[in-house]
Amino acid sequence: MSLEKIGDPREIRHWMGHMECDYSYTYGVAGEKFFKEIKENARIMGTRCKNCGFVYVPPRLFCERCFERLTEWVKVGKRGKVHTYTIAYINVDGSKLKKPIIWAMVKIDNVHGGFVHKLGEIDPKDVEIGMRVEAVFKEKKERVGSMLDIKYFKPVK
Amino acid sequence: MFVKKRVAVVGAGLTLFRRNLKQTGRELAYEATKMALDSAGLTLKDIDCVTLGTAPDAFDGIHMKGENLLDGAGAWRKPYSRVYVGGGTGVFAANSGWWHVASGLFDTCLVVAEEKMSSCFPHPQYAFTTIFDPIMSRPLGMNLVWIFALEMHRYMHVHGIKKEQIALVSVKNKGNAMDHPCAQLPAKITVEDVLNSEVLVWPVQRLDISPTSDGAAALVLASEDVAKKITDDPVWIDGVGWCIDSTYWTNRDLYFPKYVECAARMAYKMAGIKNPPKEIDVAEPYDPFDYKELHHMEGLLLCKKGEAPKLTEEGVTQRDGDLPINPSGGLLGVGNPIAAAGLMKVCEIFWQLRGEAGKRQVPGDPRTGVAQAWGDLMQYGSVIVMRS
Amino acid sequence: MSVKIKKYAGERIKTDDLRKGRIPVERWKPKIRYAWSTGTAMSRFLKELKNGRIIGRKCHKCGRIVVPPRMFCELCFRPTDEWVYVKDTGIINTYSISYLATDATRLKEPILVAIIELDGASKGMGIFHHLGEVKKEDVKFDMKVKAVWKPPEERTGAITDIKYFKPVEV
Repeated sequence: MSLEKIGDPREIRHWMGHMECDYSYTYGVAGEKFFKEIKENARIMGTRCKNCGFVYVPPRLFCERCFERLTEWVKVGKRGKVHTYTIAYINVDGSKLKKPIIWAMVKIDNVHGGFVHKLGEIDPKDVEIGMRVEAVFKEKKERVGSMLDIKYFKPVK
Repeated sequence: MFVKKRVAVVGAGLTLFRRNLKQTGRELAYEATKMALDSAGLTLKDIDCVTLGTAPDAFDGIHMKGENLLDGAGAWRKPYSRVYVGGGTGVFAANSGWWHVASGLFDTCLVVAEEKMSSCFPHPQYAFTTIFDPIMSRPLGMNLVWIFALEMHRYMHVHGIKKEQIALVSVKNKGNAMDHPCAQLPAKITVEDVLNSEVLVWPVQRLDISPTSDGAAALVLASEDVAKKITDDPVWIDGVGWCIDSTYWTNRDLYFPKYVECAARMAYKMAGIKNPPKEIDVAEPYDPFDYKELHHMEGLLLCKKGEAPKLTEEGVTQRDGDLPINPSGGLLGVGNPIAAAGLMKVCEIFWQLRGEAGKRQVPGDPRTGVAQAWGDLMQYGSVIVMRS
Repeated sequence: MSVKIKKYAGERIKTDDLRKGRIPVERWKPKIRYAWSTGTAMSRFLKELKNGRIIGRKCHKCGRIVVPPRMFCELCFRPTDEWVYVKDTGIINTYSISYLATDATRLKEPILVAIIELDGASKGMGIFHHLGEVKKEDVKFDMKVKAVWKPPEERTGAITDIKYFKPVEV
């Protein structure tokens, strides 16, 4: 293909546009119960697979390993360990954050799984992989049934 | 042509098709997949690979939807692929499952299709705008129903077809869907009901269109030796075909789907079918609009160009006619969760050829069936020929 | 199935409940912005629209004059060879009368949309656009139409520099 030489760079055009998105995601059968417990009781629940012995958090309708339907719901407590973490200095759109945010993958005790969430009440330089943390919930009247009902995970002795 | 292994369908599963379902996409995929596995008497351990079909990410609102759904499709730590060709996805997913097994690479394959259109506000229609060319089409406010109305009008004009003739398809399919347990919009309607329904984009009226839906479907495929151990009644996939036409759709004459004909010829050649109207016992062409059933009957070479309305008027395409078309109730009656709708048609042919379709069963022990899907900007055709 | 299975999965919820927040959901409404490069062919096409002209490309192998223009012929799979101006008149290949807006809301006054085969381009070479200054009952297949342009100072180099196509007296 012969390349057309363009002398003036303004000749190369761009078409500006945007894609507007407006989505409403149902929580699903398992998710609805999970968030209901968080909203009403500040309690984290999981589902247990009888075959594999795994307890899944976040809970799911089925076991991805053996494909059995999961009907047993268990309370899993709000403590866990920092599996890994990162310290963010920039926002989603690339702008600088006023204060750095510590994002951590927290493995909840005795279950298969955990959450990515913020760490709070701790200085970034004091975070260690393996340290024990606990979920801090919002006040009941502020809880809506969302991941943000957990404010952050804080260190525990 | 050389095919390493003959491939059979040994199980099928379907969820309800509804406007809005509570289940997440993953949960929907799980329900259909579990049902398919149970119907074949298999567990996930028996499955070698998974192929999943799902249409625009913009509906569910999750980019890389294929990855999001894989746990529900049973693909955890398995060879996995996602296929996507717009509305053609459902049948193409089955075609893709075919080559996974026919190549000799795998003995069993799960084929899954899922769609959750209800997530998109204010209406799933709006997600379609992202399909259109941003320079030529979107600034003019293009809408999906407009482009299908343009195709319908061209088809009617070239062959001199009247709306009354096309409306018969909607009457037949919604009526057939009364016998489908998963159907979203089964109804006993008349031609007058269709002609009096709200005009959306002339010549398309409300009762000419299938609804938007949430739903999932699944199949279990197996190679010949494995299939014979699982069931005494495998349904063989004897022909697959697919073809795509130019995206410059305004440069094409829309009165005939040439790409469906190409896909059909590919599948018929493989299956050794030389006279489609005589050799095919039951067909499920894609019918998101009533005129599409006619358009696709002609594309599938089941009749001459322009002849499909006449066959419908004469009752040839009824369940007890000479060439039953869409005994399931099609998309018009059962629902249209894009990818799952196409795979629903393959499930229907599977059940028809096994004599398991209950009230929808086509009489006379059908042996050869065809399912077809259509997609993208009126450009894609996928065809599958099955035999019992 | 079908006959052996008694229950199908799927818990139905009502659209109204979903839209009005009576069912717990997570909402997400970002605006994702794009700067699509228009490429060589479309850059020229848009520039010519600003000048009040429609341009296409010709493939010397198959002889087609294609609009919208493209730098390669998709049929012959080789580069196209020259720029060719086509007319801003044409005939209606197919048309529709729409009571649905882009986002599926209902319109009282319909929009008329059509594919117009442009004079000077190959047979069947159409573009999509709106029709105007015509009643919906009067639109016919193969009707001759002409582009109605925005005044030069309002044109920006976009397909909307053509307001619509209107019928011409034959």
